[in-house]
Amino acid sequence: MNIILKQPSVLPGFSLALGFTLFYFCLIVLIPLSGLFVKTSGLSWDQFWNVITDPRAVASYKLTFGASLVGALINGVFGSIIAWVLVRYHFPGRSVVDALVDLPFALPTAVAGITLTSIYASNGWIGRYLEPLGIQVAFTPLGVLVALTFIGLPFVVRTVQPVLQDLDREVEEAATTLGANRWQTFWAVVVPELWPALLTGIAMAFARAVGEYGSVIFIAGNMPMKSEITPLLIMTKLEQYDYAGATALGVVMLVVSFVLALIINLLQWWSSARHMNQ
Amino acid sequence: MSIQVDHVTKRFGTFTVLNDVNLHVQSGELIALLGPSGCGKTTLLRILAGLERPDQGRIFLQGAEVTNQRITERQVGFVFQHYALFRHMTVADNVAFGLTVKPRAQRPSAARIQEKVRELLTLVQLQAMADRYPSQLSGGQRQRVALARALAVEPKLLLLDEPFGALDAKVRKELRRWLRRLHDELHITGILVTHDQEEALEVADRVVVMHQGNIEQIGTPDEVYENPATPFVYQFLGDVNVFHGRVSHGHVGKAEHHIASSEVESLSDEHEVTFVRPHDLELSLDRTTPAQLEATVQFINGAGARVHLELESKDSAEMIAVELTRERYRELKLQPGDVVFLYPKQLQVFRVPTT
Amino acid sequence: MSLFSSTTTADKSLQWKDSITTESALVRRLLIGAASLFLTLFLLIPLMAIFTEALKHGLAAYLSSFADDDALAAIRLTLLVAAIAVPLNALFGVAAAWAIAKFDFVGKQILISLIDIPLAVSPVISGLIYVLLFGAQGWLGPWLLDHDIKIIFALPGIVLATIFVTVPFVARELIPLMQSQGREEEEAALTLGASGWQMFTRVTLPNIKWSLLYGVILCNARAMGEFGAVSVVSGHIRGLTNTMPLHVEILYNEYNAVAAFAVASLLTLLAIVTLIAKTVIERKTASHDRRKI
Repeated sequence: MNIILKQPSVLPGFSLALGFTLFYFCLIVLIPLSGLFVKTSGLSWDQFWNVITDPRAVASYKLTFGASLVGALINGVFGSIIAWVLVRYHFPGRSVVDALVDLPFALPTAVAGITLTSIYASNGWIGRYLEPLGIQVAFTPLGVLVALTFIGLPFVVRTVQPVLQDLDREVEEAATTLGANRWQTFWAVVVPELWPALLTGIAMAFARAVGEYGSVIFIAGNMPMKSEITPLLIMTKLEQYDYAGATALGVVMLVVSFVLALIINLLQWWSSARHMNQ
Repeated sequence: MSIQVDHVTKRFGTFTVLNDVNLHVQSGELIALLGPSGCGKTTLLRILAGLERPDQGRIFLQGAEVTNQRITERQVGFVFQHYALFRHMTVADNVAFGLTVKPRAQRPSAARIQEKVRELLTLVQLQAMADRYPSQLSGGQRQRVALARALAVEPKLLLLDEPFGALDAKVRKELRRWLRRLHDELHITGILVTHDQEEALEVADRVVVMHQGNIEQIGTPDEVYENPATPFVYQFLGDVNVFHGRVSHGHVGKAEHHIASSEVESLSDEHEVTFVRPHDLELSLDRTTPAQLEATVQFINGAGARVHLELESKDSAEMIAVELTRERYRELKLQPGDVVFLYPKQLQVFRVPTT
Repeated sequence: MSLFSSTTTADKSLQWKDSITTESALVRRLLIGAASLFLTLFLLIPLMAIFTEALKHGLAAYLSSFADDDALAAIRLTLLVAAIAVPLNALFGVAAAWAIAKFDFVGKQILISLIDIPLAVSPVISGLIYVLLFGAQGWLGPWLLDHDIKIIFALPGIVLATIFVTVPFVARELIPLMQSQGREEEEAALTLGASGWQMFTRVTLPNIKWSLLYGVILCNARAMGEFGAVSVVSGHIRGLTNTMPLHVEILYNEYNAVAAFAVASLLTLLAIVTLIAKTVIERKTASHDRRKI
């Protein structure tokens, strides 16, 4: 094990710690995950292609990715505003709000699902006011959007907030002393600094939303071709013992997740590389 | 542009940062605000820039009151300690920033801005760096970019907040001479905040020494160094020996340090503190007058242009610092353990309110 | 540098208020208003709704929801699963953080990225991979059937899926902290004659205890609340393989809203405790060292 050490160290426990880490991680995560790809190889390419381009599957992609993207963008806007307000302004209850932002992360998704459903149902707290306006949220694609916006909220706030906190106040002052008004200062100085973190946050919210299951299935209504998300379609196929179909869709989802994780990693690297300068 | 600071007070919470400060700066002067951390110098500078607002008092620039004027209307250039460069912009874009954010009617043409940037970069000797990013520059270069950026908007007043504070000693020395030359060329009114007395004395026309929100003394570098107005100024501007205690019958100190001086003799029995600079102490090997202070040589540091000695006073066992020329040191042939007698060539006595 | 240009968070935020680098009162109010509206709509109302729905028919009805055998079985199973999954993941987190933060080795960056994989994977897929491995039609299915070992639709499957989903949490808390702490203190302990174990328990552990605690609390909250992955492997057998979130689903689908929200309220309390723990621990570590969160 010591051959892979770049630098010898006097600290003990490297072999044990890394050995256990790799053993555990391979056993729990890597081997089962790779099983998914091996299983797909049991399908011919045509079969695989037919499963993943089935109209019902395509409709589910459209809903999953579409709603995730819109939800992530909504979070991009409101998450930035929340982060800004939390860092820059003082108001009573600020620390409570700060803590509450993580609720969607800590709350079990099933709980979020039934709660949002009951609120947005036609007799719910919010739903009853939307119904007369002709807006149906629960059991429609709009409900999917609500759930995906809810679970993505912490990501944007928590990536933008620290950058905003570290933002050098002097840079904004410098812009002001050079004659820029607040709006010019914001666009010329603040936004370029926040941009990488904001993109990272949006990408993370999007990635989380794409795979989301628990909070969506209650509110979605789950009508095939209309309000059925891809993870639910996988679940349905599993319940019908269509393992091959479930696996094929699972691979599509997994590849998308990996690509998104790669993009997020690159964004984070970009963001921290900029942070290193100066 | 002349500056008038009129009874300015500023508090942060219960802490008074500036306490009824008055200051007049003439057009074209380069002033140093000198003092330790927390003395209020930076706050005063920020109030002049319009970055902070005074709680009480008024600010006049060129005779016109600007206390409530917005920062963008004051036409001041501000240089920050940590440069505050826009790191996502090139050097040229940084310098051009102040011109590009002007309202369309007042904004120079793109070609004019480019030309102006080139002029300024030439002035700060960074022509070759126009397309680099701040992260690719050294600290000294960054500070010069910051200065060029501040000068681009043709300010009537240049404010510098510890501009060389983050640089290493050698670059700092170079840059402050360069700043002095630049000021002589441009004749722009300048205020420099620093905690480095050497920097203040070398660069400024006049030095304003501040302490705990008050101005202790205003004067030319010579004046403040030679005739410090307060004990604080004395101590802040160079090494000093402090003799505490009452002065009675011409003798200083609780242990009756026999330092004789006409100045001391003229004072009555009061709580006094006596200040003597190390280079103002004369040593002799024999007692020439009875009033001399007897001390033992403890430590000799002979590295440098002058020799630094640490002596222990015989009466009070206090340490006394003495600075000699090399010639005098060779004449005396001092060794650790030698007994010497001290005589101050110059000293200053301050009354301290008895506590 | 003057005292008042110092950038501790406390006086920085104090100064923003009357600083020139802030927005006009109108813009400020608009932004606070927008943030409040969004948070009320998406966080506050749902939070209130959970407890309102649970207590709709009074406290007695609320409490009787827990007297049900199936509910108690679900609570017991959830506690059991967490009791197995959380310590294992904590051990993994400490081992991984020790290797990654204190040593330089080939492939370290890759390992750091790999650890986050379970967070990127859809919970449904997290369950699916175990079904493919251990299910009746899975690779090891026939062999397991021959030896009468049940993994899928049984406790081991639920535990495995839960572990998978919560693997990264402790490690993610510890790695950045331990990286920022460096290795000097451990090296000092060794030069003073401490054994490896003494070094770990008396130097390393006290330095990371708060982050470790938060990692464990977060890991626990996610383990008890996991729905998607567990749903795939559990088989939904009442009183046997139903965890609390699955029980919530069943009750809700049976239109037993009060009971569903009653069980949900327990999970919500767990989430709230987690948020409070986070806030408290962040304050504690912020005053210990000024590291940015």
